[in-house]
Amino acid sequence: MRYEAPRTLEAALALLSSANGQARVLAGGTDLLIGMRAGHVAPELLVDVKGITEMTSILAENGGFRLGAAVTCMDLVEHEAFAKAWPGVIDAVKLIGSIQVKGRATVGGNLCNASPAADSVPAMIAADASVSIAGPNGKREERIENFTTGPGKTALAKGEIVTSFLLPRRLPHSGDAYLRFTPRTEMDIAVVGAGVNLALDDGGVCRQARVSLGAVAERALLVPEAAAALIGSKVDAAALERLAAAASAACRPIDDKRGTREFRIKIAGVMARRAAEIALARARETS
Amino acid sequence: MTKHHVTTTVNGDAVEFLCEAHETLLEVLRDGLGLTGTKEGCGTGDCGACSVTIDGRVVCSCLVLGVEAEGKAIQTIEGMAAGTRLHPLQRKFLEHAGLQCGICTPGILVAARSLLERNPDPTEEEVRYWLAGNLCRCTGYNKIIDAVLDAAREMRGADHA
Repeated sequence: MRYEAPRTLEAALALLSSANGQARVLAGGTDLLIGMRAGHVAPELLVDVKGITEMTSILAENGGFRLGAAVTCMDLVEHEAFAKAWPGVIDAVKLIGSIQVKGRATVGGNLCNASPAADSVPAMIAADASVSIAGPNGKREERIENFTTGPGKTALAKGEIVTSFLLPRRLPHSGDAYLRFTPRTEMDIAVVGAGVNLALDDGGVCRQARVSLGAVAERALLVPEAAAALIGSKVDAAALERLAAAASAACRPIDDKRGTREFRIKIAGVMARRAAEIALARARETS
Repeated sequence: MTKHHVTTTVNGDAVEFLCEAHETLLEVLRDGLGLTGTKEGCGTGDCGACSVTIDGRVVCSCLVLGVEAEGKAIQTIEGMAAGTRLHPLQRKFLEHAGLQCGICTPGILVAARSLLERNPDPTEEEVRYWLAGNLCRCTGYNKIIDAVLDAAREMRGADHA
C-alpha cells in the first residue's frame, strides 16, 4: 500500500486517477482504518487529504459557511460562530463517537461512509447543505439528500472527492436541532435520528422548514411531508402531531437487534416532534 | 516496499522513525520507539486504552497511521510525570484506587489531562461524558471520576497559590 499526502486538491485528484488498484481517500480514518484492519478494504493507495487547506477550513461564504469536508468534529464543535448559527448540526456532530473519535472523524467522512445511521447527515440535510465534489471531469454540486444512495453507496464517481459543504445564510428567527434515540446516552449508534430546521416570520409563523430522518431507511431521508406540517403554523400542538404522523409515515426501516421496525416507526415521530420543539425554541431566541 | 521517514516530536523530544504505510501510530510507539505505556485494547477505537494527544487533541493511536505523525507533536503517558514526580492526576489515581489491572489507566490519564487543560473545573457529568470513550472493566468508574475531580480541585488550588 502506498500513502500520499498531497498539499493541493489538483494533486489529490491526479493521484486518485493514476492509481492502478483501489484508491481510498483518508480523512479522519475512523472508519477506513478499522475496515483495513478487518480486511474489508485493502487499498493500493491512500490519499490523505488533511494537508489540503480548502478541505480543512471553515470559512464565511455568501453569509453562510463553507465547511471543509476534512474538518474534524472537534474543530467544528469548537468553532463558535458555526456553533451559534447551526446548533442542530453541532448536536449531531457531538454524538459521533468518543472525544478521541471526534478528534479525528470528519463530517465528510461521516457522509461518504454512507451509513444509514450517520448522525451528521440528517442534521446537514435539514440545514439544506450542498456538497461540493471535485473529480477528473471538474467540479460539481450535489444536494446532500441525493448524495447517499444506499448503505455504503454514494453518488461519487470514480476519482471524485467530496471537498466541502456549503451551509446557506441563516434567515432571521431560525433554528435547528438534531435528536437521536439510543439505548445508551453516549457511544452508541442511532436507532432513529431526526433533524429539524425551521424559520419563523415576525409573527411567529413557520415560513420554511426542512425535516430529515436517519436510520429508518436505506439512507437518511428528507421528508417534505413532515416539513409541510409545520409551514404556515405557529408550530403548535396540532402542527407537531401532524409532523410526527408524517415522519412516521415516511419510515421504511429494517428490523434488527437495535430496534424493531414498529418501534423505529413510532419513535421517528416522537424524535421529529421533540427536535422541532427544540428548533422552535432556538428560532425564538434568535433575532 | 519503501518505508516512510517520519520526523515528529514525542513528549517534547525530536524523534525520527521509519515505518510502513499501513503501520499505526500505536504500533510505531510501542514496537518502534519502545514507548509501551500506551496500551492496545480493542484496536478499533472503541476502548480508548491507546489514547495519546496529537497537537493537543486526544485521539486513539490505533486509528492513526504512523506516517500521519509527520510534523506533529505527540504526547504519551511517558511524558506525564516530571521525572519521579507524578502528575497530580497520577497521584490522585493512586490515592483513590482509580485503577486495578492498569490497562486502561494510561489512556484515561491522557484523556483526563486533556479535559483539565480545557476545563479546569469540570462537573462530574462533564468528566463522565469526556471519558465515555475510555472503557474500564475493573473499577466501575466511580473511583476514576473521584480521582479526576480531586486532581482538578488540587490543580486549581495550586494555580491560586
